[in-house]
Amino acid sequence: MSVPLEHDYIGLSDGSSLERSSESSNISSDNETNNAVNLKATELSLGLPGFSKDSEENAAKFGPVTKNFMLGAKRGFSDVYVDGSSKWVLNGGSESDLGKGIDGVSEKNQISSPVLVKPDEEKKKGPVNEVGRALPSAKAQVVGWPPIRSFRKNTMATNLSKNGDVAECNLVSGGCLYVKVSLDGAPYLRKIDLKIYNNYAELSKALQKMFSCFTLGECTSNRNNGREGLSESNLKDLLHGSECVLTYEDKDGDWMLVGDVPWEMFIDSCKRLRIMKGSEAIGLAPTKVDGKLQ
Amino acid sequence: MDPAAAGVEFIGTGADPTRSSTLPEEFLKRTFSLISSEKDRSSVSLVCKDWYNAERLSRRHVTIRNCYSVSPEMVAARFPAIRSVTLKGKPRFSDFNLVPDGWGADVQSWLNVFATAYPFLEELRLKRMAVTDESLEFIALNFDGFKALSLLSCDGFSTLGLEAIATHCKNLTELDIQENGIDDLGGDWLSYFPENLTSLEVLNFSTLTSEVSFDDLESLVSRCKSLRVLKVNQKINLHQLQKLLVLAPQLTELGTGTFMEELVSGSVNDLENTFSKCGNMHTLSGFWDATLLHLPVIYPVCGNLTFLNLSYANIGDVELEQILSRSKQLIRLWVVDTVGDKGLEAVGSHCQLLEELRVFPVDPFDQQIGVTESGLLAVSIGCPKLHYILYFCQRMTNAAVITVAQNCPDFTHFRLCIMSPHEPDYLTNEPMDEAFGAIVKTCTNLRRLSVSGLLTDLAFEYVGKYAKNLETLSVAFAGTSDMGMEYVMRGCPKLKRVEIRDCPFGDSALLSGLTQYESMRSLWMSDCNLTMNGCKKLAEEMGRLNVEVIKDKDDDVSLASKVYVYRTVAGPRKDAPHFVVTL
Repeated sequence: MSVPLEHDYIGLSDGSSLERSSESSNISSDNETNNAVNLKATELSLGLPGFSKDSEENAAKFGPVTKNFMLGAKRGFSDVYVDGSSKWVLNGGSESDLGKGIDGVSEKNQISSPVLVKPDEEKKKGPVNEVGRALPSAKAQVVGWPPIRSFRKNTMATNLSKNGDVAECNLVSGGCLYVKVSLDGAPYLRKIDLKIYNNYAELSKALQKMFSCFTLGECTSNRNNGREGLSESNLKDLLHGSECVLTYEDKDGDWMLVGDVPWEMFIDSCKRLRIMKGSEAIGLAPTKVDGKLQ
Repeated sequence: MDPAAAGVEFIGTGADPTRSSTLPEEFLKRTFSLISSEKDRSSVSLVCKDWYNAERLSRRHVTIRNCYSVSPEMVAARFPAIRSVTLKGKPRFSDFNLVPDGWGADVQSWLNVFATAYPFLEELRLKRMAVTDESLEFIALNFDGFKALSLLSCDGFSTLGLEAIATHCKNLTELDIQENGIDDLGGDWLSYFPENLTSLEVLNFSTLTSEVSFDDLESLVSRCKSLRVLKVNQKINLHQLQKLLVLAPQLTELGTGTFMEELVSGSVNDLENTFSKCGNMHTLSGFWDATLLHLPVIYPVCGNLTFLNLSYANIGDVELEQILSRSKQLIRLWVVDTVGDKGLEAVGSHCQLLEELRVFPVDPFDQQIGVTESGLLAVSIGCPKLHYILYFCQRMTNAAVITVAQNCPDFTHFRLCIMSPHEPDYLTNEPMDEAFGAIVKTCTNLRRLSVSGLLTDLAFEYVGKYAKNLETLSVAFAGTSDMGMEYVMRGCPKLKRVEIRDCPFGDSALLSGLTQYESMRSLWMSDCNLTMNGCKKLAEEMGRLNVEVIKDKDDDVSLASKVYVYRTVAGPRKDAPHFVVTL
């Protein structure tokens, strides 16, 4: 099957899936994770769509309309014709055939004539739509469905990509594990990749370095110079010595003291870090008297 | 009823020849000036010519629900003393991009007439109108006593227009900007409010995206002692919110900014204390990026809340439970489906007084997360007073909805959106006919219905048979034949607005509603099976309807893919763009 034919088959107007591919790659890196899927789905390849394993998996995630077309590529083709307007039109009688003829696709997904996203209408409200998590070429959105106003759609899309940052990275195993680190009183936050550290010692060193320009510099005590292999209890000493408390937010949204659980468990559940100072630390950490822990 | 309807019907009744005694007009006017309900006013105007006159001369507010049903000149001629106008334009489906740009509903033609007829106009509330910056400037310059501007779902203007309003409206009490297609060119507009403007009571800019000058906002809030509604946008953080609240503890409605903020615990206490001084607060919204870290600051006011809008907060059931367990007075609640069924169980267990629930989808295109039929059931069990529901979900069952109908027989608004088109009952694989059948059978007060899922003509047969009070109906991807629509058009006498998309209803269905359309406000049908011939026939039979077809250049010439039919006393539109054809 030649490439232009493949575009026609998916039912989009000429070049529209190409448009979307290039848009996807222009979107900011925040959306990279999302769009990695997009790009895959819009990838041009020779061969019949619906045959590659990946596209099947993707198709399973999408709505029934696309499902039929992706999986039913070979069978359904003759039942579908695309008229000039890039609208899918099914031959009336073949709807149920389309359903029945395709393995693994449930017959209940009958389709009358859904109108596919037309590029100009979808982008009606300006560039904000590009941030949205639409996967138009593979997922076959219907214009104006579900019936949600643009402002809400765009806001939700932005929120998702914001939260997706942390959430999705946390799910990636063997990849990166970026979490935000905040220091009370500092004007901006930092981000670190927890995966590159092997224990609490390395983490604390890195944090010292990172926030050395702020008052955490107090935490850098001479005690630790030259010492290697700091244990978890030493970390507590280090930080408590300067009335700093390192806390983290876990999966349940609770704020916990760093150092209580084994390292593996910690990076598994840590969503963000926060270095608390001074009075906020009272009641959270054991106090120090005369250089010794109580 | 809007004036168009009243006007149409009045022409029939004429003068009353049998009147024996007449009450002085001044007496009637004084009496009628106390009547605010539009329905009552319409009834009053139909009694006799004297009453018609007294009513029209004493009326201060008019609502025009379809800007093309009547001309501004007609309104001005009938009602000379208007101070407040509510004007609605485009069909509702324009919110979902189904109406092309440039369709119409331009407010300027109305403003031109109002400038001469109503120089003392004080309030203008616009919904789905096309509003330009020039129009906003026109308002600011032509109405000296202008007080209240509300723009909902409008488009065509930018923050420049808001600058004009802020600059010139010396007596402004209300500026309410919601969910518009606005070009946000930056936040300077707020700084244009003059130092001596102290009259502001309502300020809502929650849906503007750019930053405003906080100093100017602070100063504005500080000097407007009557401010009762303040809804800021996402750019305002918790520190700034704290400062504003200290200045305005009298607020009854607050829309917060972002909750994403590294507040040190001292500040958290301050904010909580500040909230505890807001004894009049009954409505809260905003909550962008809210988490349990800072949500507790609102606990002091939860006990008084009647309306809580969490529809921009992607919180889970744990957070929701914490809030709701303290919010027993809630009457209206809007949430995102991230709260899940568990969150809705919390709603059911804490909010006995709840009357309205809206559940929005966080990601309309993701099939994994969300709420299901069990959440809806839980709410129906725990909230017997529920009468308004808007529910977005991925799956539903007939059995659940049938039970919900039995638990809440008082539904007036039932809007269920199963997000995949043609989705059947996921347990039985059957159409969702019985679900909506149960709703219309049991809920005799039902005024608004939105259907979804796999539906055959049977669902519509039920609607036509039982939904005798139905006024608004929204249908998408449903029905099997023309009979579906015919059942509804023949069976529901009180229909006002019908909007249909992607259904197999053809000309015969369209024509079956012939007798209904003049008592309805409007009918929208898109991507159904209508032809130009069918529409022409309708236009020929019914002279007082505008039958408009929105032409798509890719359309087959004989097909009518988007049809908008509405009653009017103003004749065909004079401002129709080239792609709108009036038949």
